[in-house]
Amino acid sequence: MADPFLSIQHVRKSFGATTVVEDFNLDVEPGEFVSFLGPSGCGKTTVLRMVAGFEEPSAGKIVVGGKDITRLKPNQRNVGMVFQAYALFPNLTVAQNIAFGLKVAGMPKADSDRRVAEMLDIIKLPQMADRYPYQLSGGQQQRIALARAIAPKPKLLLLDEPLSALDAKVRVSLREEIRSIQKKLDITTIFVTHDQEEALSISDRIAVMYGGRAEQVGTPFEIYNRPATKFVANFVGTLNVLEGTVTDAGAGRVRVNSQEVDLKGKLNGSKSGDTLSLALRPEAISLARQPGHDTSLSGEIAEVHFLGSVIRVRVGIGGNTVSLDTFNNSTTPPPAVGDKADISFSSGDMLVLH
Amino acid sequence: MKSGRFWAWVVFILGAAYFFIPLIATVEFSMRMRRGAYSFDAYQIVLGDARFQATFMYSVIAAVFTIILGVLIVVPAAYWIRLRLPQLRPIVEFITLLPLVIPAIVIVFGYIRMYGSNSPLPFLANDTATNALLVIGYATLSLPYMYRAVDTGLRTIDVRTLTEAAQILGAGWSTIITRVILPNVLIAVLSGAFLTFAIVIGEFTMASLLNRPAFGPYLQNIGANRAYEPAALAIIAFAITWGCMSLIQILSRFAPKSANRPN
Repeated sequence: MADPFLSIQHVRKSFGATTVVEDFNLDVEPGEFVSFLGPSGCGKTTVLRMVAGFEEPSAGKIVVGGKDITRLKPNQRNVGMVFQAYALFPNLTVAQNIAFGLKVAGMPKADSDRRVAEMLDIIKLPQMADRYPYQLSGGQQQRIALARAIAPKPKLLLLDEPLSALDAKVRVSLREEIRSIQKKLDITTIFVTHDQEEALSISDRIAVMYGGRAEQVGTPFEIYNRPATKFVANFVGTLNVLEGTVTDAGAGRVRVNSQEVDLKGKLNGSKSGDTLSLALRPEAISLARQPGHDTSLSGEIAEVHFLGSVIRVRVGIGGNTVSLDTFNNSTTPPPAVGDKADISFSSGDMLVLH
Repeated sequence: MKSGRFWAWVVFILGAAYFFIPLIATVEFSMRMRRGAYSFDAYQIVLGDARFQATFMYSVIAAVFTIILGVLIVVPAAYWIRLRLPQLRPIVEFITLLPLVIPAIVIVFGYIRMYGSNSPLPFLANDTATNALLVIGYATLSLPYMYRAVDTGLRTIDVRTLTEAAQILGAGWSTIITRVILPNVLIAVLSGAFLTFAIVIGEFTMASLLNRPAFGPYLQNIGANRAYEPAALAIIAFAITWGCMSLIQILSRFAPKSANRPN
């Protein structure tokens, strides 16, 4: 395997007695789009700020393109960054904002003007060159901030929750735009977000963070379908957690509310009598028995939420409640609360949380 | 509601009368130099007086240097405190308020003791050095106004994020201050500058005790020896101050609007 482009090695950061990042490790390939996903206070922004040079690691090393940049100042790193609060310079026009980094680097005016025009074309705002930031919408300001960050051709692009100040519709269109620009320019990118949908939809890989550590690093598919820890399983997507007791460890049998479930090969050293947390995604469960579903449990409809194209149904099974999604069908009314119902799923979709 | 409006007008008219009646009386008195007729004789005498022109020019130049010195000290200091040392803000605010509490005469006597002709640093024996000391003293006197104006300006922008945005684009400290911070607090700096100007133009104690040919001692001298000219001078000084305030208002319309606060 080739050397990674960005390598964050055993990085730790403490503020006084509080450690916010602990032994963080990550290798990022050239041109890769990696998201740091986690709740507030998990240390994701602190790691990003250490890569940018705004915070100095208490321990560890950050290497970009084979060069140790741990102790370099932010203005010596050739890194681009987009901030949550846009951070456009209010006194400068759009064109002057984009040209700021080029001017600082001493680029001749003609070249700088050409590059600014190119950037405005990339972000599809060529007519905005002479506007001031206050004359633009939030989405436009963030696109200008992106253009300003990539204009000096940085080695690395850092995006610090760039979409969180925008409304839902703009957020979706801008994240797609960011991804397409990133692919077009083939620029290695770190994206910080607490929005799992954002991270899942645009990342090559996701580092799910919790308590200052990377709980799991993997592709969106892996993170969603094979969560490595209970936290990742709970944080990413909606999850049904059922308590079960191992009845026969050798045969992989677990009892969930007096009904037996076959989890052969997933018990990982659990002994008979152990209590386990078992997880199922709502989309893996059907209200009726489906082909390929080898397990069924009986219960009673507890809640029905009509969400338009999808109906979310909550089924009480003994002491547990399971959520499942069914598509809306205009000819079939949704189930009624209190109805008896059988749910079915494939035991292969069931996750054992450790 | 109507009664509330009526009383609001009463309060406004009383306030305006309190402010304008003495002003109108001073204007009226300043124009009575010629017996039996109103005239601008007092103004002509004052404006035509070579000492008026010389002292006024001296004070204007001193004010310009004071403003430059104040900006050079206050802008980086207030910026750094906001950016890196916010815990020091109460202490620095207290220090900047000291010139309001400690009379100017204390600074002057300190100067005379420290830099008098018998001291190891006899700056007061030299005109240029004395002028420099006067400007430094003026900068101290205007510190409460300049610091507050600049600090208020800095409060309207996101200092930390703008600084980081500039840093990550390759800018060093001097570029950040001159191209990002200063232009965004320029109106606040100008407000502080005009307040400084108004203070320096009328300042008497320091200039008088350091024996400088400034406008303040000239005003006092005229006031002690003439009848109508002091009234004319008071009106001229008032017009200058009011002109400065109007300029602040006009210039504030051109303030760069914040991206986060477009209105």
